Amino acid sequence: MILFYLVSLLTITFSLLVIFTKNPIYSVLYLIATFFTFTIHYVLLNAQFLAVVNFIVYMGAIMVLFLFVLMLMNLNKETEPMKSTLIKIIAVIAGGSLLVTLIGSFKQLDALGISTINKPEIGLVENLGKVLFSDFLLPFEVSSILLLSAMVGAVLLAKKDKTDNG
Amino acid sequence: MDNFVSSIQTVPLNHYLILSSIIFTIGVIGVLIRRNAIIIFMSVELMLNAVNLLLTAFSAYYGDAAGQVFVFFIMALAAAEVAVGLAIIVMVYRNTSSVDINILNRLKW
Repeated sequence: MILFYLVSLLTITFSLLVIFTKNPIYSVLYLIATFFTFTIHYVLLNAQFLAVVNFIVYMGAIMVLFLFVLMLMNLNKETEPMKSTLIKIIAVIAGGSLLVTLIGSFKQLDALGISTINKPEIGLVENLGKVLFSDFLLPFEVSSILLLSAMVGAVLLAKKDKTDNG
Repeated sequence: MDNFVSSIQTVPLNHYLILSSIIFTIGVIGVLIRRNAIIIFMSVELMLNAVNLLLTAFSAYYGDAAGQVFVFFIMALAAAEVAVGLAIIVMVYRNTSSVDINILNRLKW
């Protein structure tokens, strides 16, 4: 139980550092640390399949994409555009109001009193695979088409234009 | 693995709700206070992850595997979204030599 609060503290700290660090490269590194704490959360919930997928997809693929794009652009602290202090204060107040509204609405829920994991084996690869390939077979196939079209779209967008009017 | 599960079993579901709300709010604040398009993109990823964690927590506590399957689909969607979004940012950088979103207000006119 103490582990959950420790990891939660780390998650909140790292995600705050992501948005408040001036250097974009450090932001990406803190984002990776945040994703790692999310993986620990999944392990704690006994969702082992999601922990592995989160580790591979977020800390592998998405991290490499962000780092490559950042390093292609040669950004650093001096070129980093910042908003004025007034806008920052207004944004933090707006976010705080959102948080207070959300937590205040959670206080009205009493159906959330359950504090035990019902079937701990539900997040294992075997059980999740059975559900994925029986009830969710069509969405699974459609998501493969989505990934293919996203790949074609990304290549098409990032390709250098041969004509000079682009 | 068993002692992990028994250690988490005493955490109320409310605390997962509060943690996810805090991280979602941090993502919203990040979108509002930064002008670098890539950092805004990272804040969107933070928000997606907060929702993923909450879906997984509900799924584990209620013993229903559908929530975790949805999280899997959201992860596939996030990968596609990051690929297309970063390609758009690369195009913007190539045309304007900057990732400042304040330059991108030409669509207003």
